Amino acid sequence: MADVVHPVHGEVHRHPAPTGFIRKYVFSTDHKVIGIQYWSLALFAVFIGMALSLLMRLQLGWPGQEWGFLKTLFPNAAPNGTVSGELYLSLLTMHGTIMVFFVLTTAPQGGFGNYFLPIQIGADDMAFPVLNMLSFWITFLALLVLLSAFFVNYFNPDDLNMVNVIGPIGGWTGYAPLSALGEKAGPGQGTGVILWITSIALFCVASLLGALNFITTMLNMRAKGMSLMRLPLTCWAWFTTAILALLSFPVLLAAGILLLLDHLAGTSFFIPGNEYVSGQLVKEHSGGSPILWQHLFWFFGHPEVYIAILPGMGLTSHLLATFSRKPVFGYRAMVYALFAIGLLGFFVWGHHMFISGMSPYSAIAFSLVTLTIGVPSAIKTFNWLGTLWGGQIRFTTPMLFAIGFVSLFVSGGITGLFLGQTSIDLPLHDTYFVVGHFHLIMGVAAIFGMFAGTYFWFPKMFGKMMNEGMGKLHFFITFIGVNAIFVPMHIMGMAGATRRYSFHFNPITGEGLHYLSNMTPLTRFVSYAAFITIAGQLIFLVNLVWSWAKGRKATDNPWEATSLEWIIPSPPPHDNFAGIQPVVYRGPYEFSVPGAPEDYSMQTEPGAAEVHGD
Amino acid sequence: MPTTLTTDVQIKPGIGAGPGKPGPGGGDPFGFSPPGPKDWPPGWTQDDAAEPQKYRIGIWVGLASILMLFIALTSAYIVRRVPALGGGQEDWQPIDMPPVLWVNTGLLLVSSVSIELARRALKRNEYAFFQKWIALTTLFGIAFLVGQVMAWRQLVAQGIFINSHPHSSFFYLLTSLHGIHLLGGVFALSYVTVAAFRMRIGFKRRTAVDVTAIYWHFMDGLWIYLFGLLFFFR
Repeated sequence: MADVVHPVHGEVHRHPAPTGFIRKYVFSTDHKVIGIQYWSLALFAVFIGMALSLLMRLQLGWPGQEWGFLKTLFPNAAPNGTVSGELYLSLLTMHGTIMVFFVLTTAPQGGFGNYFLPIQIGADDMAFPVLNMLSFWITFLALLVLLSAFFVNYFNPDDLNMVNVIGPIGGWTGYAPLSALGEKAGPGQGTGVILWITSIALFCVASLLGALNFITTMLNMRAKGMSLMRLPLTCWAWFTTAILALLSFPVLLAAGILLLLDHLAGTSFFIPGNEYVSGQLVKEHSGGSPILWQHLFWFFGHPEVYIAILPGMGLTSHLLATFSRKPVFGYRAMVYALFAIGLLGFFVWGHHMFISGMSPYSAIAFSLVTLTIGVPSAIKTFNWLGTLWGGQIRFTTPMLFAIGFVSLFVSGGITGLFLGQTSIDLPLHDTYFVVGHFHLIMGVAAIFGMFAGTYFWFPKMFGKMMNEGMGKLHFFITFIGVNAIFVPMHIMGMAGATRRYSFHFNPITGEGLHYLSNMTPLTRFVSYAAFITIAGQLIFLVNLVWSWAKGRKATDNPWEATSLEWIIPSPPPHDNFAGIQPVVYRGPYEFSVPGAPEDYSMQTEPGAAEVHGD
Repeated sequence: MPTTLTTDVQIKPGIGAGPGKPGPGGGDPFGFSPPGPKDWPPGWTQDDAAEPQKYRIGIWVGLASILMLFIALTSAYIVRRVPALGGGQEDWQPIDMPPVLWVNTGLLLVSSVSIELARRALKRNEYAFFQKWIALTTLFGIAFLVGQVMAWRQLVAQGIFINSHPHSSFFYLLTSLHGIHLLGGVFALSYVTVAAFRMRIGFKRRTAVDVTAIYWHFMDGLWIYLFGLLFFFR
């Protein structure tokens, strides 16, 4: 196994192991340190995003209620302890932006991808280590800029009626022209939006550097014998994700630059003439196109959905095979389906804009392509089931989360078929049906991928096993919890509950949408479910800290998996393979090979004929 | 890959890295592919060849993302320009081209030729020629940037600013974004030029020359495209 290696030629490693603390742990060029940095950044961000959703659920369940702690938390934005409509919108905007960019885009790709892509292909580092470091620190800067938007709006003691917020109020999509008009379009729409769009532009640059690195690394740095069809599916997923990021982030960057110019330089890319906003006529701008922002944004936005979820798909395939002790069912089909999803993802952005004003013919085209994505998605789902079928399944925590991923992918994806059709989308657009849909598939399914990755790779990253008992408890609370949160949202959406409203019906004052008055119990149920699920995440946090400090020491290959990261010590040495270059002789999923001494054959084990799942 | 016994298969370190394989451009009529084994210095192996190869892959990948940036901005331009898409209204008042742009365009075209001469001279090991042409290319690049600033100043003198009307917005935006990218190219050229005069460009640094040339040609082509878009589709 691990002894099947041959001496590396020439210099052992391009950059020697750093010794100082700063170069070793802070400005490190080691992909493993950078991976952990990304992962920690996402972990920090996810708790902030979750705290924001907690506040939103408090307001939605008990509209207008005074919460003492809010006065302490936001003395300016919530001086009397209630969540104003504007404050609610800023909570929502920051929640969406933090979650989409700094969690869903960061952890699966920047975190696990950075750490494990080079190891799984048998390389000693990424192709461009310095670029990799830059990419992380720009992401970090972007997060700081975004978080600073929490603090830009100061309470004005002269105007007690002034509404205060903790960031922009335009949602994570920041639709123009209200996002481009500055403070007159609402509190937080001035400096708040400028910080928000600057943060996103920085994030774009960082993601582009990362994508460049991923693609080059995978094309150029594979170990001897690691042909494309011997790559673990995780690598294929990261590679496809990198291509999507490479081609979609520049478009968001372009849109961001145009929006910034509308703000700062007085141009009119997105602002039409004679806008009447907050009682003022806007005369400085003319002729801009708000729909242009939507086109540019969603041309990025839809591939972004796949950027979030494809790494989870790759990992799920990997884990289902590993813990079913079976090869992946239809390896090649899985690779092609990944690419098909990625490719089709570029031609469906219009389905976010069915009600924005669009030729019915384009709408039908977008609708058809959208529904076509169901085909590769179904290929993946059935192949996952095929992988599980007849396997000797080991229900470890990472396996549970991988199965949970499949479940959420199906229940979240199926509603995509509803929303992808123009006629059904028209009434459901901007309702909680959409909120439930995208949270299940893009939010929670992707998060399940991250949990699975954390439980699966924690032993390799930190050399300690995570606690299985706590892990399983965490899984069941989270899995039941997220379904209890997001499935009722579909029902509320069909009942006509509009999204982005700070409340629907206030049973105490009788304000709000009366047709939703009977939804109050369901809304509160969702809020309670959210509180329990959020509390459940503390188990995960405790498990992380406890396992890191006191966990059982991990062996090199605790899961009896086959890919290259499991032939090296846990945690791996600085240059991954300790100066030797692995040679790969097999595909990544050779489990239960007839005649083999064990039920798994490492990729470095020579001598056997290649057997794939296909 | 078909079902084969694979114990002795030699896998190339990357696309196009193998001897005689075409580069990413396909067929490689311009000699951008990495040197084959017969050109390797003594003692080199596939692994050493893979090292410079990553820069070649990296530059093509990077150019793809730059291309997407300008494609996105082009689509914005078209939306603002074409009446059928709601653009081209009375606020669309195209600016007159600052004549210095013709000179700049010429300069950039010449610089593409000169960097090509430099690159080929280096391939033929005519070192003095290489030094001369690479230095000249750097100067052309700087001259282009100076010319662009002159064009801006001419427009500012006429009272045309970025917020004057959509066409001027796009002019300033596209020229400055192109300028920033070209400035990166000038930095790369300066690095290569300094290296050329301070020491001989060794086998590994030739990659830097090739990669810079690829980037420079792209920036040249991009400028021709933007020039055409801004002034022949206004």
